[in-house]
Amino acid sequence: MNDGWLALLQQAFSLLLSLNPDVWAIINISFSVSFAALLITVVPSIILGFILAFSHFRGRWVVTNLIQTLQSIPTVVIGLLVYLLLTRQGVLGDLKWLFTQQGMILGQMLICAPVMVALSQAAFSSVDRRAWETSRTLGASWLRAVWTLCRELRVPLLLAIIAAFSRILTEVGCSMMVGGNIMNVTRNIPTAIALETSKGDFAQAIALGLVLLILALVLNFILGSLRGKALPRSH
Amino acid sequence: MLKLKASVSMLLAATVFSGAMLSPAALAGEVIKLATTTSTENSGLLGAILPKFEAESGYTVQVIATGTGQALKLGSQGDVDVVMTHAPEAEAKFVADGYGVEPRGIMENDFIVLGPKNDPAAVKASKDAVDAFNKIATKPSQFISRGDNSGTHMKELEIWQAAAVTPDFAGYTSVGQGMGKTLLMANELQAYTLADRGTFIAYKAKLDLTISYEGGAALANPYQIILINSEKYPDLNHKGAKALSDWFISPATQTMINQFTVQGEQLFKATYKK
Repeated sequence: MNDGWLALLQQAFSLLLSLNPDVWAIINISFSVSFAALLITVVPSIILGFILAFSHFRGRWVVTNLIQTLQSIPTVVIGLLVYLLLTRQGVLGDLKWLFTQQGMILGQMLICAPVMVALSQAAFSSVDRRAWETSRTLGASWLRAVWTLCRELRVPLLLAIIAAFSRILTEVGCSMMVGGNIMNVTRNIPTAIALETSKGDFAQAIALGLVLLILALVLNFILGSLRGKALPRSH
Repeated sequence: MLKLKASVSMLLAATVFSGAMLSPAALAGEVIKLATTTSTENSGLLGAILPKFEAESGYTVQVIATGTGQALKLGSQGDVDVVMTHAPEAEAKFVADGYGVEPRGIMENDFIVLGPKNDPAAVKASKDAVDAFNKIATKPSQFISRGDNSGTHMKELEIWQAAAVTPDFAGYTSVGQGMGKTLLMANELQAYTLADRGTFIAYKAKLDLTISYEGGAALANPYQIILINSEKYPDLNHKGAKALSDWFISPATQTMINQFTVQGEQLFKATYKK
């Protein structure tokens, strides 16, 4: 261990700035997989959040509590579940999705959906019901009225999406188990950091850590400025 | 408001963009999934020789690096096309149970007992591996175990059994990590550990540990490549797996294995015999 931490940091920056193809392949996989998972789940999650906030079907509180609980399930447990589903002997074994990006996307969908459902449910619960009733009496369709509400609630809903996104972009347990950490296919930022650290190659681990750190800063900045905007709006 | 719209549309654009990029490199050429041990991957051997196979054959090899136990499990579940492992007993069972076919010994290195330079358990003077393990268990010192059911872990348990020691003494720590990580932990804690020589050489520059005991038949470490029984799982990529296995035993590849060095040292010895 002769490398000083400054030298390591320097190596990390040069890896990023020199557009090292390995590092950028890993970053690309991280973002593609997580965006895909987010894209697939965002609309159903928000609609489910709406239904949970606005309708009063039997067992609503059971579903609500279930989703609250799912929010805090460790990602390795989701990973285990998805692994067992996708292995050849599993229920979804015929899909052959174990150790593929599709498998990772499925896992990340299960991780981000509860966050978005719960946060959008909270957003819809906070809204004045009259906005909904007005647009319905004005003859708006069910979907159209939901859309009106969503526009009204764009800030908290966007916050929900960002929160879900940062959770899946940074999770390591599920990606490792379901993806298998295959170079150029399923090796994303968190699993690569785990691997490089285990190999003692800290420069690349730090480079990837920096990407996540910068991203966290940017997302937090957006969140902060959105919250600032959201507050005066609530009259 | 404008900013908000901009950020929403940016998010959307990025989503669509990333969706377009979601064509995994895997789709180019047929994929062979190889479950193998962290020792072949962490030492850099596969990274050095597999690109040649991919260029020659057009196949893409996806390497899932894990412990031998997990690798054989993946093979017996039909989740991978071929396995390459180093635990003779577990491999024999894998074949006897009808999951593995055509096992081929392709190379070997050996296990070594690593420890702190000051050798607190005086392991250097051991007469064999069993004696070395006995000394570690009885003298005040620490031992780090892979604890992950890997080939190295199985070998370690085999030696404990031969030494009639139950590995639960005070200095025994089971870490559940791959070979590389285990070496780094043993280094941090200045503990003894059992390692394959390949990974040790690859990590040597990062370690303040030395070889405390080496040699003897008990520490041999042969690697086999084993195909998956096509009767159990007809839809795996058996053609690709066979091509990979044949490639590993070809004279050219066997020479490449012998020529693979890290810091000037040979890591594996090619051993295929017809």
